[in-house]
Amino acid sequence: MQLQLQYFLLLGAALFCIGIYGLITSRNAVRVLMSIELLLNAVNINFMGFSNFLDPQEIKGQVFTVFVITVAAAEAAVGLAIVLSIYRNRDTVDMEQFNLLKW
Amino acid sequence: MDLAQGVQIVSFALLSLMMIAAALGVVLLTNIVYSAFLLGGVFISIAGLYILLNADFVAAAQVLIYVGAVNVLILFAIMLVNKREDFTPLSSAGLRKGATALVCAGLFVLLSTMVLATPWSASTASVPTTESSIVRIGQHFFTDFLLPFELASVLLLIAMVGAIILARREYLPEVLQTPNVQQQVLTLPERPRELVPAVSDSSTLTSTPGDRNK
Repeated sequence: MQLQLQYFLLLGAALFCIGIYGLITSRNAVRVLMSIELLLNAVNINFMGFSNFLDPQEIKGQVFTVFVITVAAAEAAVGLAIVLSIYRNRDTVDMEQFNLLKW
Repeated sequence: MDLAQGVQIVSFALLSLMMIAAALGVVLLTNIVYSAFLLGGVFISIAGLYILLNADFVAAAQVLIYVGAVNVLILFAIMLVNKREDFTPLSSAGLRKGATALVCAGLFVLLSTMVLATPWSASTASVPTTESSIVRIGQHFFTDFLLPFELASVLLLIAMVGAIILARREYLPEVLQTPNVQQQVLTLPERPRELVPAVSDSSTLTSTPGDRNK
């Protein structure tokens, strides 16, 4: 018995589902951004699992993971800046009241 | 099962348990500061999983970037919007959460069925590379992934400029335009109407210092 690819894929699927749940149900805008980080990390676990088990010589999955980490850092910076800007205008972080662009 | 495989299995179980528990805490806890610290726990656990997958460089990058940068950024954002606000309860909140949980559980069942039913061809044993993964990743970055690598740096520059422009204050407060030496007050730049006194002269005050935090 040793570590299989399926374990990591199941772990990534579980983390992805937790992130989806948090993304939909949370009211706080910062928590929504945290859920998006969970989603990106679930995808990263899948990349790393495939990179280690299916492509151990040319580890291209690790290269993709580094790119995903880069994009996640940029997304977090811009997303939190947007949250700060909305908080300054609307004086709340409730997702249900962010309806400026809603018909 | 020899010792190395046993250690691998045990550490995988511990790390995945930590990760799932911390992720559930991130989503379900009501205090968002606890959620932010648990998010750091999720990132640390994922870095440990990367080490189990023979990826030392990406594990170090995960700790440095996620725990060091993204998590600290989220904590700063929480401190900046630190307002105790009770969200007005929705009428269909329970129904919404139940439906979402059902959909997520169904998605997990679907994904796990797919994962377990698919015969992964080369999933028997991982052949560890003889050379270091850092060397291999560096070769990829500067040969066949050179264009995405440079584009990632441009993307980071764009994100930095965009974040500064978005989070910058829109106007200058009036205190800076008409400086008054006699009644000098310290104002928060984006909230000039709530005054914080620099001197303890209570006759000129319009509000008390700790008024906003209550």
